[in-house]
Amino acid sequence: MNDLVKEKIGSIEFRLMSPKMIQKMGVVKITTPELYDIDSYPVDGGLMDLRMGVVDPGLRCRTCGSKVKECLGHFGVIELARPVIHIKYINWINNFLTSTCRKCGRILLSDEVLRKYDEKLKNISLQKGDIDKWAFIKEIIKKAKNVKKCPHCEEEQLKIKFDKPSFFNEEGTRLTPIDIRERLERIPDNDLEYLGLNPEAGRPEWMILTLLPVPPVTARPSITLETGAKSEDDLTHKLGDIVRTNQRLYENLNAGAPEIIIEDLWDLLQYHVTTFFTNNINQIPPARHRSGRPLKTLEERIKSKEGRFRKNLAGKRVDFSARTVISPDPRIKINEVGIPILMAMDLTFPETVTEWNIKWLKKFVENGPKKYPGANYVITKEGKRKKITDETKEVVLKELAPGYIVERHLINGDWAIFNRQPSLHKMSMMGHKVKILPYKTFRLNLCVTRPYNADFDGDEMNLHIPQNDEARSEVEVLMNVINNMITPRYGLPIIGAIQDQITGNYLLTKNEVYLEKKEAINLLSSLGGFNIESLPKPKKIRDGKEFWTGKQIFSILLPKDLNFETINKSDEKVVIKKGELVEGTIDAKIIGAGKGILLQEFYTKYGPEKTSQFLQAISLLGINYLAQRGFSVYISDTDLSQELVKKIKQRLEEAENQAYEVIAKYKSNNMEAYPGRTLRETLEVKIMDILNRARNEISNIVEKNLKENPTIVMAESGARGSALNLALIAATVGQQALRGTRINKGYKKRALPHFEKEDLGPMARGFVKHGYKGGLNATEFFFHAMAGRDSMMDTGMRTPKSGYLQRRLVNAMLDLKVWKDGSVRNASGQIVQFEYGDDKVDVTKSKGGKIYEGDKK
Amino acid sequence: MSEDLIIPKIIINEINKKYSSSEAKKILKELNESYEKAKITPGEAIGVIAAQSLGEPGTQMTLNTKHFAGVAEMSVTQGLPRLIEIFDAKKEPSTPTMTIFLKEPYRDDEEAVKKIAAKILEIKFEDIMESITVNLLDFRIEAQISMESLENYALTLEDVEKTLKNIFSEEDVKVLKKGLVKITPKKEIEVIDLYKLKTKLKDIHIRGIKGITQVLPIKKTRGWIIQTAGTNLKKILLMEEVDPTKTISNNIFEVASVLGIEAARNAIIREIILTLKDQGLNVNLRHIMLIADTMTLEGMIRGVTRYGVSKKQESVLARASFEVPLKHLYNAATRKEKDELKGVIENIMINQTVPVGTGIVKLVVNEAENNKKTIKDKKKKGE
Repeated sequence: MNDLVKEKIGSIEFRLMSPKMIQKMGVVKITTPELYDIDSYPVDGGLMDLRMGVVDPGLRCRTCGSKVKECLGHFGVIELARPVIHIKYINWINNFLTSTCRKCGRILLSDEVLRKYDEKLKNISLQKGDIDKWAFIKEIIKKAKNVKKCPHCEEEQLKIKFDKPSFFNEEGTRLTPIDIRERLERIPDNDLEYLGLNPEAGRPEWMILTLLPVPPVTARPSITLETGAKSEDDLTHKLGDIVRTNQRLYENLNAGAPEIIIEDLWDLLQYHVTTFFTNNINQIPPARHRSGRPLKTLEERIKSKEGRFRKNLAGKRVDFSARTVISPDPRIKINEVGIPILMAMDLTFPETVTEWNIKWLKKFVENGPKKYPGANYVITKEGKRKKITDETKEVVLKELAPGYIVERHLINGDWAIFNRQPSLHKMSMMGHKVKILPYKTFRLNLCVTRPYNADFDGDEMNLHIPQNDEARSEVEVLMNVINNMITPRYGLPIIGAIQDQITGNYLLTKNEVYLEKKEAINLLSSLGGFNIESLPKPKKIRDGKEFWTGKQIFSILLPKDLNFETINKSDEKVVIKKGELVEGTIDAKIIGAGKGILLQEFYTKYGPEKTSQFLQAISLLGINYLAQRGFSVYISDTDLSQELVKKIKQRLEEAENQAYEVIAKYKSNNMEAYPGRTLRETLEVKIMDILNRARNEISNIVEKNLKENPTIVMAESGARGSALNLALIAATVGQQALRGTRINKGYKKRALPHFEKEDLGPMARGFVKHGYKGGLNATEFFFHAMAGRDSMMDTGMRTPKSGYLQRRLVNAMLDLKVWKDGSVRNASGQIVQFEYGDDKVDVTKSKGGKIYEGDKK
Repeated sequence: MSEDLIIPKIIINEINKKYSSSEAKKILKELNESYEKAKITPGEAIGVIAAQSLGEPGTQMTLNTKHFAGVAEMSVTQGLPRLIEIFDAKKEPSTPTMTIFLKEPYRDDEEAVKKIAAKILEIKFEDIMESITVNLLDFRIEAQISMESLENYALTLEDVEKTLKNIFSEEDVKVLKKGLVKITPKKEIEVIDLYKLKTKLKDIHIRGIKGITQVLPIKKTRGWIIQTAGTNLKKILLMEEVDPTKTISNNIFEVASVLGIEAARNAIIREIILTLKDQGLNVNLRHIMLIADTMTLEGMIRGVTRYGVSKKQESVLARASFEVPLKHLYNAATRKEKDELKGVIENIMINQTVPVGTGIVKLVVNEAENNKKTIKDKKKKGE
């Protein structure tokens, strides 16, 4: 197969369509509203005429002789008995009529004035571009509209009134489309530009239709229902209406029917043609289907999210894709994806046969489509696609020769694009190496859940297989997970250790952690590829037993030339000297996803490959150490001592009293308002401040006084949870907010009937004294539920808003790229930045945009 | 050697000054290498990356939770609504504010600061009056000035009388001792006009700077600043007490008209950074700069909307794919527009390679050369 691009669309030009063109395009004149004859065979000259293409399998197009899918379809034409206005150009027609002379057809401005405008227009289009030019033309039209006497032939102009949707009245007499067309014909080409029509785009009279192009059958296929009855497309229905009315108008015209009847039919024709273009015009009742559903005509097909542009052109459905539930696998590589074997047998890659791989590919063909790893199709040199079955296998095997293409099953080492919606980032679509696994879910490494924002509570993800070597190599290099570990948003690794992996490393690298030889070797061998000789000298020997520190074990994974110094989450120094963790505990800030400074250092120093290996190793080290050591959380982790409970209670009471004091002051009018706030607002601010301060203090007390236990370890290492979460469980939930304020709504002058009216105290307005573990009382629970509902609403409103914002941002900036000189320019080559970011530095390739930190040394 | 360096001259000079020549050489070499490594690849679709970098954190922002940290700070729109407001390029932000920095002698003197604040605050007649009525019997407007608020604002009745007389030159203005104001029209007018007069009176600007509805002096580590609700950058910057190099308004259009488009660009960057920081989000400056640059590209502020940046796209198909596609198509037809297919989305639509990334380079087999080689090979074999 030769898939070199030979022809390319250079540009697309838009113009008005001339009647001549329509005539030329039309392969058949539609004259009868009937669709099929008694044998349900398309009628000649009907709307399903075979000359306009075919949708029924088995029939052939009578214009080009091709079958279904091969023939794209051909236009037909309807000769309208009387001309009809193209409704979408009604504004242009209105401008033409009102700003040109009714007698000579010239624009109602003198040549002298026009010359001035001409110069101005040239200047504008030179300086600002064509878009501004057309904006200026609107002003010219406005000027011309108000002229009463033609400056060219001195003819007095009559006032033309435009009645929506498509009627024109000239001081009482109605202008028919014939009259209008006549006038438009008189406008000379030279005047058109000032009237908002490029003379090269076409003639104004083409906006009045005399011929109507009929879209090919393939654009409006009919559906055969199970019962055998045919259901026609909306467009066919509409076209049927047009043909029917048109025929009737013809007959009446020929029979010399009275003017009223003709006019009525004419208006009806106008209505049908109008609704054929758009069914969404305010003044016109929408054309309906028999069931009462409005028809979906041309404009509705193009418009909006479900329309042609956004659904079929800007985004397309693809083959060789798959979707299923995801599940975790800690032992799979970071840039791998586990694919169910069943899927691998449907997803294929077209491999071209060469003299070097023919032997290898023959094995696939031999296995056929039902045995893995096999092949589903073979494409011959002539481009003929052959399905491999038990019957054809022998033949195919025999004729297989270089130049053939075998669509073989997916095998380990192929590349795939993996994706999870919403695709907010470029890291939502990354390249993974294929690994074929049993069962029916996609398997992925836990470290890559972060960029996809995935979890395993039933999430599904999509997979795409690139279908040629160019695409495949782009996936392997540009989209590869390991090459996308650093997020361009802020230059830190977005792929890093998470949750238990962090906890494990934290516990391992704490001071005074000693491991026996057996433990150490067990742990290290669980990482795979570990050499027993790389075990350093033991730190401690007691009772003849050798002991290694956790830091030593961690250091084995570090390269020997790494020197690094940083500060961890709890402001401890972390020092790595010559690949040895000398000081400090590893936590989320060092290796965590979205934070890990060590990973970033690793990335810039040793590159993506080594970093991913390191991350893989430490993540396994973390969870395996936890498994070896044992790690579980209890409710009692958050138990507080009697003393502490008392202290917290006291602090809460204190806060409550303070709040009541302020309230008393407010009620006795003894309070001073903050500038720019009312007294009531001031009170709210003050109470909020008092209560929040109390909760923060309590959360500090809780954090300081809890003894080390698994729950605390998780918060401290940054693996999950925070001091605040602990305080919520152990001590107090605190103030519940509704729309950013305390809860003031509900009943008359009170939030719940459990309280007195006008009670402004903390409890009556949504302060939750108790913690989750202690249990909330009824009113507290209700307030908490209110706040919970409020935050649900917030999320619900935010998602579409931020989605739309992102769509707008992307649309505005999608053409910007870095040019070879380092400048940023848009699609038309206009310079946006002379040097990208003023320094040409790539965020992902540097430390958050900074390149060197050598000064510190 | 220094000729090969691509790093800026200032840095080279600085390093040369700081270190001995051998050390400096080493550092410069290393620096040069790491800069070379960190340089962006041509063809990188940096626009989309910037858009995603700002769009993605949008999902994590809060919508309407106000924070209670400050005891008495001015409440300002934040989070996603503010971000949307900036990108929409609304003519007037929903909460216009200024942060006024003061010059040396004033900024440490609390009394002086409060005085300045009082001077800035706009006082309308409305703010100092107690009641206002239309006396139809005597055909005049009567208003009672609150002596208490007069005192609060350090105003005298004479001041008020003066300004009133200045403005109501066609009416007879009387201000009585107890603060009763009587305004009688000299000419005969309709009743409706009398009511119009009443609204006019309420709106009379007595003192301060127009637009500043609230002032709030705040003590910061480097002396006092004044925060305001309502903005009037032009007048504030002219005040001698004000430090014009630091004082800012969050109204981007105002900044553009007073200080020019480059200042507006900086204002956009500043506002975006502030909103993001407030939400605890981290976005690299480069992305924000790029967006600000596209918004101010034409010498005026254009929003990231179909009326702003997207309207100016050259390609018909790109515009049509965004919003209201049909309008663009009809216009294109009457204008004989030509889509050169230079952008990304147009090429996606017609199934052609997009002109970004690897799409800007072409790999072509040189068949002539190839044939020569094979012939040569064959010849060699043949020999």
